[in-house]
Formats: sequence, C-alpha cells, structure tokens
Amino acid sequence: MLYFTKWKAALVLLVCALGVIYAAPNFLPSGTLATESSYLPGKQINLGLDLRGGSHMLLEVDTDSVLRERYDALADAIRTELRQEQIRNRPREATANGAEITILRADDVEKAREIARTAEPNTELSGEGNNIVVTYNEVAYRELIDRAIAQSLEVVRRRVDELGTTEPSIQRQGENRIVVQVPGLDDPSRLRDILGRTAKMNFHLVNNEKTAADARATGLPPGTMILPSADEGDGIREYLIDRRIVVSGDNLVDSQPTFSDGRPVVSFRFDAAGGARFGDITSKNAGRGLAIVLDGEVISAPRINEPILGGNGIITGQFSVQEANDLSLLLRAGALPAPMQILEERSVGPGLGQDSVEAGEFAAVLGLVFVIAFMVISYGRFGVYADIALMMNLILVLAVMSVLQATLTLPGIAGIVLTVGMAVDANVLIFERIREERRNGRTIINAIDAGYRSAMSTILDANITTLIAALVLFSFGSGPIKGFAVTLAIGIITSMFSAIWLTRLLIAAWVKRSRPTELVI
Amino acid sequence: MKPLHLIPDDVNIPFLKFRKIFYIASLLMVLASVGMFFTKGLNFGIDFRGGILVEIKTNGPADINALRDNLGSLGLGDVSIQEFGEPDDVLIQLQRQDGDEEAQMAALAAVTNALGDDVTIRRSELVGPKVGGELKEAGFYSVVISLFLIMVYIWVRFEWQFAVASVVALLHDVLITIGFFVITGVQFDLATLAAVLTVAGYSINDTVVVFDRIREYLRKFRKMEIPDLLDLSINSTLSRTTMTSFTTLLALIALFVFGGEAIRGFTMALIFGIVIGTYSSICVASPLLIVLRLKRKIPEAEEGQEAGA
Repeated sequence: MLYFTKWKAALVLLVCALGVIYAAPNFLPSGTLATESSYLPGKQINLGLDLRGGSHMLLEVDTDSVLRERYDALADAIRTELRQEQIRNRPREATANGAEITILRADDVEKAREIARTAEPNTELSGEGNNIVVTYNEVAYRELIDRAIAQSLEVVRRRVDELGTTEPSIQRQGENRIVVQVPGLDDPSRLRDILGRTAKMNFHLVNNEKTAADARATGLPPGTMILPSADEGDGIREYLIDRRIVVSGDNLVDSQPTFSDGRPVVSFRFDAAGGARFGDITSKNAGRGLAIVLDGEVISAPRINEPILGGNGIITGQFSVQEANDLSLLLRAGALPAPMQILEERSVGPGLGQDSVEAGEFAAVLGLVFVIAFMVISYGRFGVYADIALMMNLILVLAVMSVLQATLTLPGIAGIVLTVGMAVDANVLIFERIREERRNGRTIINAIDAGYRSAMSTILDANITTLIAALVLFSFGSGPIKGFAVTLAIGIITSMFSAIWLTRLLIAAWVKRSRPTELVI
Repeated sequence: MKPLHLIPDDVNIPFLKFRKIFYIASLLMVLASVGMFFTKGLNFGIDFRGGILVEIKTNGPADINALRDNLGSLGLGDVSIQEFGEPDDVLIQLQRQDGDEEAQMAALAAVTNALGDDVTIRRSELVGPKVGGELKEAGFYSVVISLFLIMVYIWVRFEWQFAVASVVALLHDVLITIGFFVITGVQFDLATLAAVLTVAGYSINDTVVVFDRIREYLRKFRKMEIPDLLDLSINSTLSRTTMTSFTTLLALIALFVFGGEAIRGFTMALIFGIVIGTYSSICVASPLLIVLRLKRKIPEAEEGQEAGA
C-alpha cells in the first residue's frame, strides 16, 4: 500500500499544483489581476456582503394588489356588457379573490352568468344566488403573477442601476419575492427609499365644484375622490380630484432633477401620445388645478395658466435636492406594477467588513500556527507531514472556492478555522493507529500501511456525518450561513484528499528514501 | 525528541464503571436545559424575533446613557444598548415593532435620524415579523432533518443500537448546548443555530470513531465481555478523541479571542458544544450500547462452520 505508482503520485502532485495556481489570485492585490498576471486564472474568491460591505434586501411584491386591480378591471368589463344587455347590477368591492358582481333581478342571473363566463378566457365562474364571482384559473393566475414579478424585477434593476454601484444582484426568490444585493453601498437608506416606493404617477384634474373639506361635509360629487397632500407645508391637507386619469405616468419618457427659481424641481418629458394628450387637457382646462399624484398622494396641484404643448413640464413641490433626485430617478425607471414591502434588510458598512476580514484572517493564521506547532510536538516528523497537508488543504479550499465562485462570509471564515482543527483529525486518526500497530509489534512499513487502511473507514464515516450537517445547513441557510456551510463542506472534502493522499505520498517518499529502522511517532 | 503523548499509551480508565454517574449527570443537565428553555427561554436575536439592530461607531468612547435617553424618547418600545467589543462601538437593538413591515422601516428610519451624523453606522439589520417567523421554522426543521439523516446514515453503516445511541448522544449535545444559551443569555441567532448544527456534526464524528472501534473489536475479540470491550474501545481511541478536540479547540479559541465581536457568540457555542460532544461520545454514547443490549452478531457463514465442527 505504501508503494505509489508513478501516475498516482503524479496525480496527487498535479492536484496540489492546480490548487496553488487557482488559489494564487487571492494573494494578489485585485488591481494587478487583469494586467500583470494574465497567465494566472483571474478569479478571486467572492466576498460576501458582510465582508465587503453592502446591502441585502428581501422584498415581497404585493401580488394581491395586482389581482385586485385585474379583477376590478374584469368586473368593469363584464358590467359594460351587462349594461348593453340591460341587465341591472351592482359592483362589489374589489378584492383579490375574484371579480364579484351582484345581479339585481333574479330573472337575469342565468343570462348574466353566461356573459360573465365568456368575458375572458382562462377564468372560472362561481358564486351563489344573485352573486357572480369570476376568478382566474391556475394557468392565468400563474401567468399574471409571473408577469408582475418579471416587471418588478425589471423596474428594480433599472432603479438599482441608477445608483451606479458595481455588480448589483437582483433575483427572484420563491413565488413573489425579490432579493436585491448591492455591494459597496455607503448609504442603505437611499436603497430603501428608492425600492420602497411604487412610483405610480398620474395627472388628475382638481375638482372645481367643491373643496375637499366641503366634500367631506356634504358628500363627494360623482366621479371624484379625496387624496391627501404629500406635503402639508403649503397649508393644504387634502385635495378633491376627478377620478379620471388625464395623463398617465406610463407616457413619461424622461425625467431629470433641475432648479426653478432656485428651488429643486423635477422636469419631465412625455412621449408623443402623452404630449398630445397633455397639450389637449391643458388647452381645455385653463384655470383649473392639475394634480400630480404619486402613489396616492398629491405632490402638488398647480393651476393651468396656459396650454403646455411641447410635452415637457416641471413638477414643483417641497423637495430637497435629494428628493428631487430620487423622484426623477423613480420616474425614469418607471412604476412598479404593484407595491413592494421590505421584509428584511441587512447592511454592512465598508469599515466593518474590512475589520471583520482582518480579525478573521488574524484568528485563522493564529489558530493555524497553534495547530501546526501542536502537531509537530505530538507526532514529530509525521506532524510536519500533517502540517504540510494542512497548508495544502487551506490552499485547496481557497482554490475550490475561487473556481466555484463560492461566497466567503464571516461565518465562512469560522468554517475555515474549524476545518483547520478538523482537517488534522484524519491524520490524528491515522497516526494514532500507527502508534497502536507499532505497539502490537508490527514492522514499520506494516504499521504505517495498517494505520492508513484501518483508519480509512472511520475517516469516511466521520466526515460523511459532518458533511450531512453541512449540506442541511446549506439548503436551509440564508446568505452568511450558506457561506459557513460551503466552506465547511469544501474543507471536509479537500481535507480527505490532503490528509490521506498527500501525507501518504510524503511518508512513502520518506520511507523509500531513508529506510528508517526506528519509527518515532 | 520524543513526541508528546497527551494520553499515556497504556491508559485504561474503567469508564463503564462510572456510567451511572454519567447517566445522572447527563440527565440532570438535559432536564435543566429543557426546563430552563421552557421557563426562562432563549434570548432570540432579531433573526428569529424580528426587529432592528444597528451597530454604530462613535467619535471617542460612547456615552451609553445619552444614547439611551436619546433613543428611549422615540417611543419605539424596548431599546437595548450595549458596548460591542470596543468602547466606541455600540450595538443598538430594538424589539419588533407592532404592526407590519412598514412599521419596522419607520422605526429604523427614526433611529438613524435620531443618531444624527456624529456617528458612523457600521451595520444595520432589519428583520420583519414575516421573515423572523419563517427563519425560526426553517431553523427548527434543519435541526430535525439533519439529526434524522445522520441517524439514517449510522443505521445503514452500523447496527440499530449504534444509530439510537448516537442520536441520543446527539440530542443530548444539542439540548445542553441550547441550555448553555438559555443560562448565559447569549443571543441566539442564525449564526448560533449554525453553530449548534456544527456541534451536531462534530459530536457524531467523535461518536462514530469510537463506534467504529467497537465494531472492529466485536469481530476481533470474540470472547470478551461487552462492557470490557466497550472500555477497551474507548481507551484505545481516547488519545485520538482528545487530540482532535484539542486541536479544534485551539483553532476555535484563537477565533474566539481575536475573531471579532460579531462571531463571538458563534464560536462560544462551538467551543462549548465540542467539549460537551467529546464528553458525550466517551461517557454517554458508548455506555448506552449496554442499555440497548448490544449483542454480537455472528456472521452466518461462521455460524455454519461452528455447527459443522
């Protein structure tokens, strides 16, 4: 067993050499990578957000609101058809559970159900008595949700890109969640600000029959609603506006922050259709207020003094420079199809990340030195071989992580340190076994051989059980914990190679070279 | 130079003789852990509870009292403020706010506003109630699933008594490690949960090494009484068990002392768990095999030979 065939020895050395080559980029400053060392692989280990600094955000798209909107529209469409057939009906409040309509005369129900059934494909009809409920079937539902999430992803990507950071990652998670990771972001509150808003902007005419306060007291005129003011600094708390959207934010093609009379404002430009519509509305409604509504709040409602024909305009309001910047950014990136909620946010400043890396590196090196010294004290020459294997193991962990582009996190560093302690375990098992075999009177070569052979199944069993724990951790864990599981799992696998094959090669070479007559272990 | 032998070569400690003491000690520790878990409870971090955490660096040593007055006046419920490793490093934690995720966002914004520009925010974490609940559930399942998978593996590789004994030892370690968190009040978060699972992996590792030896000796020493055989197995592997635990502890202690405040709870859990895991593989798992009536399984072929003889 101690005898190595040439190709086997070469294979072990080849793996070690590859390890060194692929781990090497991690020891170079990142700036020099692209230029000087083109003969080396260019991949360094991916540092997690907790080490490089940055923000992680888990968002949930409010899919119920998408459904609610769609069912509302569906109910409207059905009611239009019902009206054409002179079927009297009453709408019910829009919910995410289906488009619901109450038919007023029992005789009409049969016919109304037929109309509702064929109103839109991929729907199912239910409801009892006078009530009609139309819901999307599984296929349509799935498509609806998927489209909403895809749109949200796109909008989120555009917004995050506006921040100008490098390599942001935006991914869907589960049915209706989005994970955003932005490395190297100094101010996470800005990310929060731009992701937490739907940014649905519409223009409505302000109702000129009543004020909001009168309407509250005497009842709303038909086709109007009351919306709060985004900023109460101008003394107006609520506006009474027409429900009808005169121009929608979907028609915006550009928006920039700028200044007007020394105050920050946001300029915008419509596409051709929007511009024409805007010109038309402003021509016909001179003197009325035009409310600019963003996410259900009125930003401002300037009076229309003259027709605005070029399709350009500005939004005034109580903005700070930052707010004007953010608003124009949001308008450029477009509105989300549905509101999003921030479920989880974790941000680490660059200073802390750097400190963590340094502390982790120091602790890892110190732990390594302890273990190396202790192995030499305990096993002499064999300890040195185990130490060489240990260093090789660390190099292999770095190499595998670089190649797989696995993410190193703070708990991941702990995983590596733990691997240092555990990697020598295989060697301890083997060496202790060799000691025993020697005590039992075996010859040197025989004892070494038996040591490796009998320790083998133990090493496998012991490592596989730890590997199981690591894999479960990986499949359940989030960010940092996943990083721990990855380094632990990689460390276990590489340690089996280095502790078994590499040490055996080293010991075999020594035995062959110096033909020892005494085994000090 | 003669290499150091931590454990003398001719060690022969009659572990099995003391097994009643070990059983009682272990039972007491487990009961205490479970009892405290249900009465005092774990000090869950925001990962599981939901809430807000902000780590700040102040200019010069932090005035904890001023910070407490400042943030306490915001009306955001319990605010915990503590020094975090360095005098100018402060960890602020807020309990989960009533209401949904929006309420958490608003609270975080209120805190960062109140802190002003004098301090540097090194880290901020916000976990909404939804995610907190999910993480707790996922964490629970991950412990159960890994225990189950490990048991299945041991069952495939050994006889059933070994599988049961190793999982009992494993549960013992996990429960006592959790008890350690209850007693010390060290915060229990995602990272410490990972530590508990690692302890499980490590402890089983230790146990398997001893069990492997028992299985080997069962074949080798056919006449030996089972208790003697168990003692012999434990003693033969004792040197390895202590060596490995010792090297792992060396590395972990370096991490505990120098690895920074952020992973201190995590390494503390690992250190404690490894000590407990080593104890349980020597003093709990192997003696349990007697309770479970481990017998020699004589391979059929040899049985046939004996019958023929």
